[in-house]
Amino acid sequence: MSTQTTDLQHYQTANSATDGRPVEPLLSIRDLKVHFKSAQRRGGVVKAVDGVTLEIFPGETVGLVGESGCGKSTLGRAILRLTEPTSGQVLFRNRDLAGLSSREMRQQRRHLQIVFQDPYASLNPRMTVGQIVGEPLGTFGIAKGRAAELRVQELLETVGLSQRFIRRYPHEFSGGQRQRIGIARALAVDPEFIVADEPISALDVSIQAQIMNLLERLQREKNLTYLFIAHDLRAIRHVSDRVAVMYLGKLVEVADAKTIYSNPLMPYTRALISAVPVPDPNVEATRQRMVLEGDVPSPINPPAGCRFHTRCPYMIEACKQVVPPLVEVKPNHFAACIRISPEQPDIEKVAPGDAPGLAAAQGQ
Amino acid sequence: MSSTNGNLLEVRGLCTYFDTDDGEVKAVDGVTFQLKRGETLGIVGESGSGKSVTNLSIIRLVPEPPGRIVSGEVIFDGTDILLLKEAEVRKIRGRRIAMIFQDPMTSLNPFMKISHQLMEITQLHLGHTKQQAREHAIKMLETVGIPDARTRADSYPHEFSGGMRQRVMIAMALSCEPELLIADEPTTALDVTIQAQILELIKTLKQATGTSVILITHDLGVVAGMTDHLIVMYAGKVFEQAPTKDLFAQPGNPYTRGLLRSVPDPTDERGELYQIPGLPPDVAHLPPGCPFAPRCDRAVEICRREYPPFVQLTPDHHSLCHFAQEVYDQSS
Repeated sequence: MSTQTTDLQHYQTANSATDGRPVEPLLSIRDLKVHFKSAQRRGGVVKAVDGVTLEIFPGETVGLVGESGCGKSTLGRAILRLTEPTSGQVLFRNRDLAGLSSREMRQQRRHLQIVFQDPYASLNPRMTVGQIVGEPLGTFGIAKGRAAELRVQELLETVGLSQRFIRRYPHEFSGGQRQRIGIARALAVDPEFIVADEPISALDVSIQAQIMNLLERLQREKNLTYLFIAHDLRAIRHVSDRVAVMYLGKLVEVADAKTIYSNPLMPYTRALISAVPVPDPNVEATRQRMVLEGDVPSPINPPAGCRFHTRCPYMIEACKQVVPPLVEVKPNHFAACIRISPEQPDIEKVAPGDAPGLAAAQGQ
Repeated sequence: MSSTNGNLLEVRGLCTYFDTDDGEVKAVDGVTFQLKRGETLGIVGESGSGKSVTNLSIIRLVPEPPGRIVSGEVIFDGTDILLLKEAEVRKIRGRRIAMIFQDPMTSLNPFMKISHQLMEITQLHLGHTKQQAREHAIKMLETVGIPDARTRADSYPHEFSGGMRQRVMIAMALSCEPELLIADEPTTALDVTIQAQILELIKTLKQATGTSVILITHDLGVVAGMTDHLIVMYAGKVFEQAPTKDLFAQPGNPYTRGLLRSVPDPTDERGELYQIPGLPPDVAHLPPGCPFAPRCDRAVEICRREYPPFVQLTPDHHSLCHFAQEVYDQSS
């Protein structure tokens, strides 16, 4: 628990308002766990999210990145309790969402919304666009009748859709347009926080840029706070203020977006960044790629110790036993690796076999 | 029979149309390109651009109906594939031209052991005995990096991860040492670290075997490091064609330029991304003139009225645009 307190204090100082008062996080996730019973293996438990602590501040975009099965979408859904957390807290304005009754939680969803990856699957095919976007207005008693109609028109305009579309059905739209409909629906209740779960992965390249620009414009206009979940590191880098890297249910590195790309501390983050092909033949011809061996292990019975040890080129014996805590290795830059420490943050400079972060990990 | 100009494949004026409720869709409309032996050609485009149908046409796998190859030639090693009987095409497909697709799960038989799926191919095409085929299958699985191939060969597809299944697909595709490998979005369904593994694997195998490759993708990053030549397709047409380096360094088409600019650069600060306005074209209802004109930032009256010319910018750089030369000069 001690590291969490320091995290919190640190962000408060780092994000102080101009008058010197610390900014409270809008959302504070504390040691959140989501475990599922395995359908494949009797008695097996899938630790989809396994002890995640993360703070999200008003008006910022936190990018959450990781490979399939790492738990990033489950984390996003657990914040809104679309998937029930097993333990831990989700404090929204200091109120623990995880402890609310389902009726109270439904009321809170006015403030927290989600945009889904698959715009084909997340819109009811039997409802018109007007009904889809207008539904939350009725549910939360925000507007009805003519007022609701006007509000829907306004929302469609906000996301760049013509009002002519109000009476059309989702199948009449392209992927990008459907994603706009999904965004309009999320905005209908005037939320403060939006989980954007892979909002651009299913879209064409030219449309991805449109949706990213739309989300950024809405953030500026409405002072929204985003958790932007994606596996596309280029997109994450572009939209995020801070980035959290997830691997097999745990956060392994958290830092501001610029730093995590220019100076990643974790071997896994380095491999992720290095794996992204660069759209420049000259760069591609010369650069040395760090190709990881093997697959992402199954989240049922994940590797002991550091979960990345089975693929890590810097692995030593202790990595198989000790679970590395997320430590503030540099100011505002957190990493979970026993082979680095605040005194020696560069894994390349650590002597073979050394683990400067081991003592801190064992003392936790 | 072998062609004299070093081209393994020449596609000329290929047109493949589909009959739909919406009318005739010209999915591929006059596509022409060449592929030299040992080279890798990238085909880039968004959904509906015709990149996949082009390649299904080459191997005669267009579903008929609703599709039909209307005209054109596909000269593979001196023979026009479009003129062959189905039985003759079957001797080429899988043996001399092999394919891998985006989703390996839909291309593998879920009820058949991996080993048997691999053995089937060489028993059919190379006349292997059961024993030979099995040894060959295991050798191929080892080549593509399946750990413990001898025991894992008798697994079923669902027992493999996505990356491993794509490796199996590659093993199947390469088991007859094809002269041409067509890879249609081979890494789109995979995670980045696995994508890097598969791309490295295709590169290594290509160098070892000298196979020519056609790589179809929407990811400009993937083609940048993998290909010698590039074709950019839009609305069933070739919009730009050039050596990969030239195309990235100096695009001669507004669509290509827009695509390149709309990919976020990891070294960029946050800020507005360049965006191509509008939606991908509805190929069933293309406007007169240039199909990209409704989205083009430099379109003028002529673009909306007249179909653009395919302008030759350098001996091997072409662009479909009324203002190709200007765009090209501006990009330098």
